[in-house]
Amino acid sequence: MSQKQYWKGLEELQNTATHTETVDNEFKEPLPFELSDKLLDATTPRRDFLKFLGFSTVAATLAASCEMPVRRAIPYAIKPEEIVPGIPNYYASTFVDGGEYCAVVIKTRDGRPIKLEGNEKSSITQGSTSARVQAAVLNLYDKTRLRQPYADGKEATFEAIDRRVMEGLAGATGGAYLVTSTIISPTTKDVIAQFIAKYPNVKHVVYDAISYSGMLLANEQSYGKRALPSYHFDKAQTIVSLGADFLGTWLSPIEFSKQYSVGRRISAKNMNMSKHYQVEANHTISGAAADHRATCRPSEMGAVAVALYNAVTTGAAPALASKNLNILVAKAAADLKKGNGIVVSGSNDVNVQVVVNAINSAIGANGTTINWAITSNYKAGIDADMQTLVAAMNAGQVGAIMLHDVNPVYDFHNGAAFAQGLAKVPVTVSFAERMDETAQKCKYVVPDHHFLESWGDAEPKTGYYSLMQPGIAPLFKTRAFQDSLLLWAGATTNYGAYWNQYWMGKLGSQQNFDQALQDGVIEPATMPMAGGASAANVGGAVAAIQAMKPASGMELVVYEKISIGRGGAWSNNPWLQEMPDPITKATWDNYACVSPLTAKNLGEELTGINEVDSKKRVLKIKANGKEILLPMVVVPGMHNDVVAIAVGYGRDKGVGRAAADTGKNAYPMLAFNGTTTINHAPATIEKTGDVFDVAITQTHHSYEGRKIVREYTLEEFRKDPNHLINDRKAEIGHYTHLPWEHHDAAPAAGHGEAAAAGHDAHGAHAAGAAAVAAHGMDENTKATIEMEEGFRENGTLYPNYVAPGIHWGMSIDLTSCIGCGACVVACQAENNISVVGKTHVLKSQEMHWLRIDRYFSGMPDDPDTIQTLFQPMLCQHCDNAPCENVCPVAATPHTSEGLNMMTYNRCIGTKYCANNCPYKVRHFNWMDWNGADAFADNLYEDYRRDDMNDDLTRMVLNPDVTVRSRGVMEKCTFCVQRLQEAKLTAKQAGRPLKDGEARTACQQACASDCIVFGNVNDPNSAIAKIRHQEQQERVFYVLEQIHTLPNINYLSKVRNTDIIVAGDEKLDGIMNAHI
Amino acid sequence: MCCSFAQLYLKGTLILNFIPVFESIKPMIRKIANNTIVLVIALFACNFTSIAAPDGKALFQSNCASCHNPLKDATGPALKGVDARVPSKEWLYDWIHNSPKVIASGDKYANDLYNKWGKTVMTPFPSLSTEEIDAIITYVNSVEPAAAVPAAGGSTQAAKDSDGPAWLYTVITLILAVLAIIMWRINHGLQRVSNDKEGIATPRDIPLYRNKVVIALAVILAFIFAGYFIVDGAINLGRQQNYQPEQPIFYSHKVHAGINQINCLYCHAGAEKSRHAMIPSPNMCMNCHKQINEYTGEAQHPLYTAEGEKVDGTAEIQKLYKYAGWDPAKKDYIRNADGSIKASPVKWVKIHNLPDHVYFNHAQHVNVGKVACQRCHGPIQEMDEVYQFSPLSMGWCVNCHRQTQVQFADNNYYSIFEKYHEEIKSGKRTGVTVEDIGGAECMKCHY
Repeated sequence: MSQKQYWKGLEELQNTATHTETVDNEFKEPLPFELSDKLLDATTPRRDFLKFLGFSTVAATLAASCEMPVRRAIPYAIKPEEIVPGIPNYYASTFVDGGEYCAVVIKTRDGRPIKLEGNEKSSITQGSTSARVQAAVLNLYDKTRLRQPYADGKEATFEAIDRRVMEGLAGATGGAYLVTSTIISPTTKDVIAQFIAKYPNVKHVVYDAISYSGMLLANEQSYGKRALPSYHFDKAQTIVSLGADFLGTWLSPIEFSKQYSVGRRISAKNMNMSKHYQVEANHTISGAAADHRATCRPSEMGAVAVALYNAVTTGAAPALASKNLNILVAKAAADLKKGNGIVVSGSNDVNVQVVVNAINSAIGANGTTINWAITSNYKAGIDADMQTLVAAMNAGQVGAIMLHDVNPVYDFHNGAAFAQGLAKVPVTVSFAERMDETAQKCKYVVPDHHFLESWGDAEPKTGYYSLMQPGIAPLFKTRAFQDSLLLWAGATTNYGAYWNQYWMGKLGSQQNFDQALQDGVIEPATMPMAGGASAANVGGAVAAIQAMKPASGMELVVYEKISIGRGGAWSNNPWLQEMPDPITKATWDNYACVSPLTAKNLGEELTGINEVDSKKRVLKIKANGKEILLPMVVVPGMHNDVVAIAVGYGRDKGVGRAAADTGKNAYPMLAFNGTTTINHAPATIEKTGDVFDVAITQTHHSYEGRKIVREYTLEEFRKDPNHLINDRKAEIGHYTHLPWEHHDAAPAAGHGEAAAAGHDAHGAHAAGAAAVAAHGMDENTKATIEMEEGFRENGTLYPNYVAPGIHWGMSIDLTSCIGCGACVVACQAENNISVVGKTHVLKSQEMHWLRIDRYFSGMPDDPDTIQTLFQPMLCQHCDNAPCENVCPVAATPHTSEGLNMMTYNRCIGTKYCANNCPYKVRHFNWMDWNGADAFADNLYEDYRRDDMNDDLTRMVLNPDVTVRSRGVMEKCTFCVQRLQEAKLTAKQAGRPLKDGEARTACQQACASDCIVFGNVNDPNSAIAKIRHQEQQERVFYVLEQIHTLPNINYLSKVRNTDIIVAGDEKLDGIMNAHI
Repeated sequence: MCCSFAQLYLKGTLILNFIPVFESIKPMIRKIANNTIVLVIALFACNFTSIAAPDGKALFQSNCASCHNPLKDATGPALKGVDARVPSKEWLYDWIHNSPKVIASGDKYANDLYNKWGKTVMTPFPSLSTEEIDAIITYVNSVEPAAAVPAAGGSTQAAKDSDGPAWLYTVITLILAVLAIIMWRINHGLQRVSNDKEGIATPRDIPLYRNKVVIALAVILAFIFAGYFIVDGAINLGRQQNYQPEQPIFYSHKVHAGINQINCLYCHAGAEKSRHAMIPSPNMCMNCHKQINEYTGEAQHPLYTAEGEKVDGTAEIQKLYKYAGWDPAKKDYIRNADGSIKASPVKWVKIHNLPDHVYFNHAQHVNVGKVACQRCHGPIQEMDEVYQFSPLSMGWCVNCHRQTQVQFADNNYYSIFEKYHEEIKSGKRTGVTVEDIGGAECMKCHY
């Protein structure tokens, strides 16, 4: 078991020569000096060096002799009462993106929003966020946002447009349409109703780019409601997902991640854990988190559902194409029958969803894990409506159309037909915030506010309300969508007043209203729970599924990336573009994902395709009569007959610099099957002679085969919870005592005495542990404390420094981490981390302080053996840090609170520290990423990131964190600005720091609560309890044996499965690769 | 740079350098070269000791000036001649290191002093060494009252006080140096004459400018001096102590905070809560200036700019009205069409500038550390036009962090530092400085 090995990528598994070379050469670019026998022939000869030296000396002298600039300190003309410069204000608000919901708190500094946090008062999202929520604040400062309304492509005034639109609407012959994405705002729905009352010929069409029509229609058949229920993954003991990436992109991933994490809290004292089965075609993060995963063709999903239905109801043994699927279905059925099960499906096929509903009814999920008393309002679009609309437009029957928060020219499967139809409509109005693909084809563009500039509300679940309040006045001449409708409907009030009146009426008093606005949410105290009678014709659905011809050959799956989602404004968000995809670790592009075997079958040698070499072979993919060319990225764990492509790419220039000229649009590859739009299709793939660069961050930062992660099955953990402790003991036990001392000389009691006597050898660090001991110490606590303290003192020649007051520590739970990447973007937003652009990611120069390492295990050729796990990796704040000793200018010393400091103004950029860091978490600023526009024509080759150098975009920077310039190292600081702020608050109140008062950005963003942070010296803190009481059996430190004494500990990954592939004789790719 | 050179004179170092010159005149007859080396060594020795010696003036300004003036009684007594007044030098050391302890010991002089000054406790300075205290005493004793200098020029006055003896020393030094050279040349001539008489061959005279030893020494000296001044100059780049720009409104802190005793925090409310002390907006000024529309203190305190130009206080209040959008005739605000006040912000010139990579928080210092404004901003209540009192250099910050004690016993936040509390209890330490709890670590200010 100690031989478990994981691989970050196929090149690491194969350990190719080029891979070894890259690993040895950590900084891809050599210094710009060339050695040559003839000095003068070198590109930078000695004379040039002297010239540069002379020039810089003279330049410095000249610069120094200049006078100091006169700086101004300009106070407010009239200071708003609630603003104190330098103190952030927080406003509860609501994030809504086409029905996706998150209750947020806006952090504003000196009047501008700089960060979004989750609102803990919401019982739905419970303070969690996603990468997109974290990045939404950057969209506010997007340079490409429209700054005034447009008519016929020219700048216009609202008055002129209003007049012409009202004339057009009044005189519209044929139907008029209002097309929106799913609207969950009750007041907006009212406004639309008012508008339709004024113009009765207007029809409201709800269009979701990513359609959930299949579910809505199936629920109508099964339960008589065209609605979505509330899911309770927290109450589920068995979770079966048939292709639904409910942790990443399906329906309400933030809510589900939080719920899911409840069932994944495992410790030696609580060995209960939910069991998660995942059947999928491509590789998603839900699949990575799953305990038992098998792949199938996307067209086979219906058959899997039917097999599961039969297994649950009649006990029939499944007879599917793959043996692994049969095993999974049989086991899942057995577990589901035990109760507290839940089955979800990502299919948009009504029949599949009807069968899934039938399974849920059969296992009694309705009323326990699926709640029909409170329905969810996230999606309401019905695909057929859109087909009718397009047909009507093309038939010339539409007189006017208004489009809000939709972009069908880009994201409708038949966008071309939509565009053609649009040209035949006399009055076309878009409320888009940017000149997107559809807005360009509209006569009038009346830009809507960004949600951070808007008043509004949301009803994500029936009876659960959430208020939206602005964090800043509108930056540009934009107007709320609702205001436009009210104005055109001839209403005298504006939306703000209407909204105010609505909520005052609903809440009764000003006091209630103020309270609700402050809380951000209005929710019932308890959630009623009810099932629903499934009355659908399951037999019909089963027959329809069975009637489908089994596919052969390749199949295409079109999926949403966790970062970019459906596209929209997200495509132009540099933070999200540079966020590595959790599974592929690719940035800035979309690509065709195929399995390693498929790649091999295409005739490439495996080592030639997913090599460290970023040049990926371009494939030609044909499906539904369309073809696109995309680079191939090899993803272990994909079904061998599947090629997967993400949407959100192939955008127009109008969407913005970061979005344009990258990837291809995959939406046209979808097709309408007569009822719903289906996200998969039979396809053919063909390789071409071209290659294309894809910037993939893994395997940057190699650990060169050292043991980094620890993984156990639930069974192993149950049988021997102390395995990890013993493992660690075997590794470091030899160094926990001095050679001349007896190994077991120090009894546990003596330890406490030593600490109490203020003995510096044990010091304050042991004091916390000793205090824990006083609470009743069990064997393991004693053993681990003794081992860790002994190793701390005796494993080194250096003296042991103690933290007299606070000692910060962090714990990261690998079992509950789902790899969603919210922490990565949260860190970027909090700490002003630069976006470097694709060209520099290709050179391994990405700046993310916190990255999520992805590890595979299993046989690459057999996707069902692949197990994937994630490990967030950031500066470990080692108490005996290798980076600190090697800095020639002492720019990175240690604090008395256990932080590994990084002083930018002192750093001279030798990069010695990065070379000596075993965790590879230090990043060097090769360019001036934030101030490059200080000189003309000074922007870098990758123009796609250049909007980050704009004065508007720089408004997002956190004023409490230095903006780093070229030539310095940087790395995680444990959000020291937040720690200092929390300490100051405590000092001002004259009380000790409370546990949980200081939180890091990553911790706060995490939806699955896998990051715990706090003062280790405080025995009552959550972190001290995790390390010494609750989770000591699972605690491990990365590379503990080299005595770096990290202040971050990890908790081992426990999978509720039969086998851990890594280390298994038959299934371990590494073992087999070296046979 | 000239100033720095003058400071060297001020310290009397060059005077000392010539003592070995006189002593070595006699042996110089035979061993000029050797003695030149001795001279140079002596010169350096004197230089370095003088650089290492505590600078009384700087110490006084960073530690004492917020409460004491050498000549006038302020929060505390005038300090000139303090060493003669107190019972003993040791008493003075004890008092400065920990005055409450001396008072508690029942010392009569101490208690009298305490009562005389309205029971104001003097901040203990346990980190000042006896040498440093001596240097401060030497400095305060050297301060002479300025004759007929306008009140505004407080800081230049201090410099002029010590200028007198420095120039005197310089002149004496120069005269002595010329004398020494003349003597040496005479000696040299006499020796040649005597050599000629005795028939000893006089070695050929190598002119000084071709003497390799002299050239080498000159180069080394030039290198050292140039290095010193370049480094010194480079360190001071971007610093602007004594910066006193002209402001858009002649706002006198002396009139507001000094004469009228307005609390600093009334206008700079952020100092207690935020990292920024906050410059008040014009509508804040209008809280008082709606009523006060003319300067009536002309007789008591006429206003002058630093250049000595007369300032009309009432006209300056009118300037404020313009910014605040106030119509003094109608006694009402001028409003825009939408009802908002037609105010515009005052573009003050920022005096205290910290580099972008420094995080400084006023609340931490004022509210938590209980540091008086004057500790960093100097006698602000005396300033008509504000100037930067402190160097705002990193050395200055760190020095204060090393010396200042935190409110260890009073603020319950520090209760977690059990080790220090035990050490205080056992008498192992007297207090906890900012440095002891990590106040000298990089990431307390740079992040």
